[in-house]
Amino acid sequence: MKKTVAIALILCAVFALFPVSSFAASDSVPLTGEVINVYNWGLYISDGTDGTLDVNAEFTRRTGIQVNYSTYEDNESLYTKLKTGGSSYDIIIPSDYMIAKLIEEDMLEKLNFENIPNYKYIDESFKNTDYDPTNEYSVPYTWGTVGIIYNTKYVDPIDSWSALWDERYSDKILMFGNSRDAFAISAFLLGLSINSTDEGEIRQMADKLAEQKPFVQQYVMDQSYSQMINEEAWLVPYYAGDYLVMAEENPDLAFCHPKEGFNVFIDAICIPKSAQNKSAAEKYINFLCDPEISGGNMDAIGYSTPISEAKQYMDPETASSAIAYPDEETLERAVSFTNLPTETIRQMNSLWTSIKSGNGLPWYLFVIVGVAIAAAAIFIVIRKKKRNSY
Amino acid sequence: MKRRNNVFKLLLSGPYLIWMAIFVLVPMGMVLYFALTDPDTGRFTLDNLMGIEEFLPVFGESVWLAAVSALLCIVIAYPVAYVIAKAAPSRQRVLILLVMLPMCMSFLLRTLAWVALLEDTGILNRLLGSLGIGPLKLIRTRGAVILGMVYNYLPYMIMPLYSVLTKLDRRLIEAAEDLGCSGTQVFFKVILPLSAPGIISGTTMVFVPAVSTFYISKKLGSSGTALIGDLIESQFKQSYNPNLGAAMSLVLMVMIFICMGIMNRFAGQDEVSRI
Repeated sequence: MKKTVAIALILCAVFALFPVSSFAASDSVPLTGEVINVYNWGLYISDGTDGTLDVNAEFTRRTGIQVNYSTYEDNESLYTKLKTGGSSYDIIIPSDYMIAKLIEEDMLEKLNFENIPNYKYIDESFKNTDYDPTNEYSVPYTWGTVGIIYNTKYVDPIDSWSALWDERYSDKILMFGNSRDAFAISAFLLGLSINSTDEGEIRQMADKLAEQKPFVQQYVMDQSYSQMINEEAWLVPYYAGDYLVMAEENPDLAFCHPKEGFNVFIDAICIPKSAQNKSAAEKYINFLCDPEISGGNMDAIGYSTPISEAKQYMDPETASSAIAYPDEETLERAVSFTNLPTETIRQMNSLWTSIKSGNGLPWYLFVIVGVAIAAAAIFIVIRKKKRNSY
Repeated sequence: MKRRNNVFKLLLSGPYLIWMAIFVLVPMGMVLYFALTDPDTGRFTLDNLMGIEEFLPVFGESVWLAAVSALLCIVIAYPVAYVIAKAAPSRQRVLILLVMLPMCMSFLLRTLAWVALLEDTGILNRLLGSLGIGPLKLIRTRGAVILGMVYNYLPYMIMPLYSVLTKLDRRLIEAAEDLGCSGTQVFFKVILPLSAPGIISGTTMVFVPAVSTFYISKKLGSSGTALIGDLIESQFKQSYNPNLGAAMSLVLMVMIFICMGIMNRFAGQDEVSRI
C-alpha cells in the first residue's frame, strides 16, 4: 500500500514535468475557466486513491469546470465558517438538522431542478423529508447510521452505548469531537430524546458525558481512522460508512448498532447564498446524482447511497452490506436529528466546552507558585534597596 | 532641519506602521470589541469575561506547563549556547545551522513525529516491548506535552542566548579572574548576570507561543490536558461563540503581559535592554 503510494507520487512528479495537455484524455472537454468551490466533510468523496473513481477529476473531464475542493470536520464547523464569512462556497454537504437550520436562517439558495435532471434517480423515501419538506433546497448525497466501531482483539462483543463508559477500556476509548453527536449518545443511554430541548435533560446528558471523560483518550473526528487502524484506540462511536473503509485496513474491527437506539442521518448537497457560480454548482449536483458516479463514489467512501440504481455499479459486497444498509428491524431503533432552537444549541455548546476543557491544576500549585513569585519580588526589592544604599 | 529628519524617519517606518495598524492594532481592537459585547444584541456586556471564571484552572494549567517548558529550555539551552559561543568561528556557523535545521521542517510534522514515537503502539513502545519491557504510558500525559513544547521551542531559546554570549566582553571575565574569583564565581557573578537579556528574550520567545499553543496539547495531551489554546480554537471553529473566544484571548493576553512584567522585574537592571 505504502509502496504503491510512493510509486504513484514519483509518477506524479515525473508527469508533472510534462505539459498537462500532452497526456489529457482525448475525449475530455477543454477547460472552460470556470471554477466551483466545493466544501465537504473530510474523507467524504472518492478521490482516485487505490484505483477508485476520482469524482472531481471526472467532473472536470466531462464539463471543463474545475473543482476547488476543501473539507471541514463537522456540521458545526461548517456553520461557523459560513457565518463568519470570508470565503464563498458553491457546494456544501451538511446533514439533515443543519440543513433545516440553514433554511431557517435563509442561508441556502433554492435549486433549479431543470438543471438537475438526475434528481429523478433519488429514491422516493429520501424526498419530502422533515428537514426540506418541499424539496427545494437540497439533493441527498448519502445516508447512514451511527454506531460503535470496536476492535474484537481487545473488546468483548458489545451491544450497548454503555461500552463507551466501561472503565476496563479506559484511555482506549475515542469520543465524538462534536457536541451534537456526543450529546445524542448520552441521551440514548439515559433514555432521553436526542432532540430534547429541556434544559434539565441537556444538563443530565452533559453530566453523563463528564462522567465518561476520565476514560476518553481524545475527542476526535476523522483522526479516529488512524487511531483505530493502528490499534492505538479500541472503541469509537462513528459513522457506519467509515467502518466499512476502516475494516478493509484492519479486519479485526467490528461494528454494532447499539440496542438503546442510534442516529440515522441524511447528508444532502446544497448551494449556500454566498455561491458565486450557481449554474456550475447545479451541474456538479447533477453529476453526483448520476447512478454510475454515485455508485463508484459510495463504493470508495463506504456510505449508503440514496439512489437504488447506483447499486448495480457497486461492489456487490458493499451494496448488500448489512451495516451500510441495515434491515427494517434494526432501522426501527434509528432516530434522526431535528433542528434545535438557538438557545438549546448555545447551552449544549457551552456545556460541551466545559466538558472538553482540561482538568486544570490542583489548587495547591497555585499557592506554591504565588508564594514563589512573592518571595522573588521581595528578594529583588531588598537587593535593590541594599545596592542603592551603597 | 530637525523637522525634516522626523518626516524622513516617518517615511522610512511608514510601511511597517501601516502594517502594524492593519494587522495588529485593528485585530486587537476587534478582539476587545467581541470580548465586551453580547453575541445576540451587540450591546456592551461583561458577561463574556465573567464566564471565564469557570476556565481559570485551564489558564493556570497553560501558564504552568509553559513556565516549566521555558525553565527546562533555559537549563538545556544555556550550556549548548555557551559551547557554541566558545567554539571556533568556522565551527560556530555549522553548529548554529544544526540548531536551526529542525526548524526547516513543518512544526506540525515534527509534533506528529513525536506522536508516532510515543504512542502505545508507537516506535518506542514496540522497541521496549521487544526487550520485554511492558508498554509504558508515554503519550497523553503532561510530560508529553512539556516534551513537545521544549522540543519545538528550544531553538528560540538557544539563539538569543548564543547572540548574547558571543558578544560577552572577555576582558570582564579576565578582570574577575585577576581579582581572585573562582570559576563558579566568575560564572554566577559575571557571565550569568551579563547574559540576563538573552535569558529574558529567550524565555519570552518560548513562553508566549507555549502558553497559547493548541496543536501540541491536542496531539500529545489527553482529553484531560486541553489547554486554553484548545478552548479558544473550539470557540471560533465549532461552537460559534467568538465572543467567549475573544474574552479568553483577552484574558490570556493580559496574563502574558503580567508574566512578562514579572520577568522584566527579575532582570532588575535598568541598563539592560528590555524586550
